[in-house]
Amino acid sequence: MASRPTGSMTKTVEERDHVVIRFAGDSGDGMQLTGDRFTNATAILGNDLATLPDFPAEIRAPAGTVHGVSAFQIQFANNDVTTPGDHADVLVAMNPAALRADLDKVARGGTIIVNEDSFTQRNLEKAGYASDPTTDGTLDGYQIYPVPMTSITVRAVESLGVGKKEAERSKNMFALGLVSWMYGRPVDVTLRWLEKKFGGKPEIYEANVASFNAGYNFGETTELFAHQIHVAAAPVTAGTYRNVAGSQALAWGLIAASVRSGVPLFYASYPITPASDLLHELSKHKNFGVVTIQAEDEIAAANMALGAAFTGHLGVTGTSGPGIDLKAETIGLAVITELPMILVDVMRAGPSTGMPTKNEQGDLLHAMFGRHGESPIPIVAPSSPADCFSVAMEAARVAIRYRSPVILLSDSFLQNSSEPWLLPDVDALPTIDPLFAKANGSDFLPYARDERLARPWAIPGTPGLEHRIGGLEREDRTGDISYEAENHERMTHIRREKVDGIAADIAPLEVDDPTGDAELLVLGWGSTAGTIRAAVQRVRGSGERVATAHLRWLNPMPTNTGEVVTKYRRVLIPELNSGQLTMLIRAAFLADAKTFSKVQGLPIWADELEDAIVRMLHG
Amino acid sequence: MAEENGDVSGIATLTKKDFTSDQEPRWCPGCGDYAILAAVQGFMPELGIEPHNTVFISGIGCSGRFTYYMDTYGFHGIHGRAPAIATGVATANPDLHVWVVTGDGDALSIGGNHLIHALRRNVNIKILMFNNQIYGLTKGQYSPTSEEGKVTKSTPFGSVDHPFNPVALALGAEATFVARTVDNDRKHLTDVLRQATEHPGSAFVEIYQNCNVFNDGAFDLIRDKQQGLHNQIRLVNGEPIVFDEGTRCVRVGENGRLEIAAVADSDPSSIITHDIHGRPSLAFALAHLSHGPTEPTCIGVFHEEDRPTYGEAVRSQLERAVERLGPGDLKTLLHGGDTWTVG
Repeated sequence: MASRPTGSMTKTVEERDHVVIRFAGDSGDGMQLTGDRFTNATAILGNDLATLPDFPAEIRAPAGTVHGVSAFQIQFANNDVTTPGDHADVLVAMNPAALRADLDKVARGGTIIVNEDSFTQRNLEKAGYASDPTTDGTLDGYQIYPVPMTSITVRAVESLGVGKKEAERSKNMFALGLVSWMYGRPVDVTLRWLEKKFGGKPEIYEANVASFNAGYNFGETTELFAHQIHVAAAPVTAGTYRNVAGSQALAWGLIAASVRSGVPLFYASYPITPASDLLHELSKHKNFGVVTIQAEDEIAAANMALGAAFTGHLGVTGTSGPGIDLKAETIGLAVITELPMILVDVMRAGPSTGMPTKNEQGDLLHAMFGRHGESPIPIVAPSSPADCFSVAMEAARVAIRYRSPVILLSDSFLQNSSEPWLLPDVDALPTIDPLFAKANGSDFLPYARDERLARPWAIPGTPGLEHRIGGLEREDRTGDISYEAENHERMTHIRREKVDGIAADIAPLEVDDPTGDAELLVLGWGSTAGTIRAAVQRVRGSGERVATAHLRWLNPMPTNTGEVVTKYRRVLIPELNSGQLTMLIRAAFLADAKTFSKVQGLPIWADELEDAIVRMLHG
Repeated sequence: MAEENGDVSGIATLTKKDFTSDQEPRWCPGCGDYAILAAVQGFMPELGIEPHNTVFISGIGCSGRFTYYMDTYGFHGIHGRAPAIATGVATANPDLHVWVVTGDGDALSIGGNHLIHALRRNVNIKILMFNNQIYGLTKGQYSPTSEEGKVTKSTPFGSVDHPFNPVALALGAEATFVARTVDNDRKHLTDVLRQATEHPGSAFVEIYQNCNVFNDGAFDLIRDKQQGLHNQIRLVNGEPIVFDEGTRCVRVGENGRLEIAAVADSDPSSIITHDIHGRPSLAFALAHLSHGPTEPTCIGVFHEEDRPTYGEAVRSQLERAVERLGPGDLKTLLHGGDTWTVG
């Protein structure tokens, strides 16, 4: 159902390879929605894309202040897009605060479209401007387009009988309409969505349509904009696509794992930013038998999931930030009881409450070591929003097959960002056999093990397999309580060997080294994949020999990891922390890996990583 | 093992032995826990509950070990979290008989939050709270039910904490079944547990349990045969609340408060007739009749009400979702929304 781009009837069209647009406004201005709609229209046009929502922690910070600015950035292109873009080619600023907050994110010479009506003395003061930046020279070097968005919107909807407030509220649709015209986005997609969203409220629907059309026509008719910009569709693998955010892909991956294993999904979680979206998404799909519980606290959520796992469900709990601290004791219980359970940690900037809406990869060492005693646990991390789907399935496969808790390290960037996703063939998705234990006449040994060192999953309700598990050390095979010295050592080793053994059951670390003689390996994990790809493409473009590899499993790492990291003379590990993977790599393989660290709550930009790579090669 | 080959040969043949695991109980000699264990193992076969459909879940503390002695499914969890684990179990499979065995420290201190939320959700679990008014496993610190002034290792000058009234707490959390019994009265204990088992939903049972090592005699006024005769106020549904060999009663006083009085001095119409399905506020008043087991205290079922269980509510919501949306289909899920095809 690809829609055709809408070409201008009166103006020339300029071709571009890629464009980065940033929509910024007050939290109440609907910028996330505007960005989301623009993204959908862009996806359907066949551009490759990546998005980055960037919103404040406060639901509604004081209107008009820099603290209350909410932004949405999208990069789309006629080729492979790996990041939401370092700098915006176009900033749409709905008020002075948005301009002030985001001006430094605009490329030099970039285009800035401002809502002229909001540049009042009062709003300028609230944003901390002594004078009007659109006229005082602040924006010299940029192409500035002041558009009276509010007043045109109000005029466009005045005949519809909606209140002034409602009319003003729909100015984001004006902005969307204008930018849709500028980039030839299809209008039918947005109009269809408006009908679905506001169909039940005719006057709101009509006001939004009128605003959208007013914005679109403003671009077409006014002399302000000389030409339209066209970005051709990206050449991609044939198939059916949809745009997907990480939170959706992760939820659907868990559901898919449940369907393909026949093990019902049980998700318990306590509301926390940004993990709550997982709870919201999963709660919609109860027709898949998905049980969702909003627990009384983080600890309860983890314990409910573990209780469900004991009862033969795929027990999953999700959290962010301080929530992972609270769940640590329960994860230890899952380690010793050896039950299939998944903990999704949507990492955010810490410590403590930190910056709840900002990104960080700060929990890797917590996932590895954040429990008392020897408590090994498999850890897996998706590398892109769409990758969350297969990583969720992979986490479930390992949890079920090895009777082990698994930590899935997502982050707030992956959770909120979106990208086009080539939809998988549902019938070809891997199946997972839960291999529930059945009574066979002999004495049941709840801690006997199969060739993978996995113990039986004997669920309550099964006659003949009554047994007791718990947090006290178990005797090998029988599962009875044991304080015996050698048994504890044996069990400690078994638990570790079991997790280490997963390495044989996962894909080897794939190295991208086109010339085969790279000087430097850039090793990454998690959401930095896109940036690494973009930066490495650039340095290769200038003739440098650089290899990349990206770890999906952090524990255990693929069996060839040591070989890979010791093969290259230099190893650079970009991380949104102070060097956590670097510490693990150095400790495990005595490799001289160096960190490129960034802990600003923002993604690593491709150009800063590019610089770091060049420095490391020639520094 | 209750069934050697997975064949359930009929519930009539179940005996206490079928509920007794091969683990030797390791509580202190003389501990009240032994009597509770024997009572539970003894009455379960009578109810026709099968071991493989039964799950005992416990936390940390002396009571936590209970799980290991029942030859059912069992999960010995972490401190205070048994009601949360049990919520997971009972919601995942509402057909199971799920029991939580906990103590005053486990349930009311570290696990207080999970307890009240399990009760208000009406999760179908039977919570046996062994109240000995002391931390036994950690060798004698005061607990959230210890009386003010209690001298323990951690309170050499006496505790300044005000204790919880567990029955009142459970009623306040809108529990649908609330009772109190004592460890050494096998008949009363069994009778209360039987009613708890038959109650669909959360049942909270406080059991006065003597810790003969760290808090011996805390409940003598109620537990001791002789003293109990005078101080146990036995609540019997539909009967006037009369105790002390028929000489004293619970009546409505002049200010509307419940009070203890001599039957001889009381107008029969002022004596409360116990109604377990009555107003929770009356049950709450009965719970507060005494400040603790140091004065005449009510035992028996305080309150029971019908409310849908959590597991059933969750299950029926899943069924309604299928009716409304059709059975979940992965292809529909993934391909729903705006898609585009590249040829």
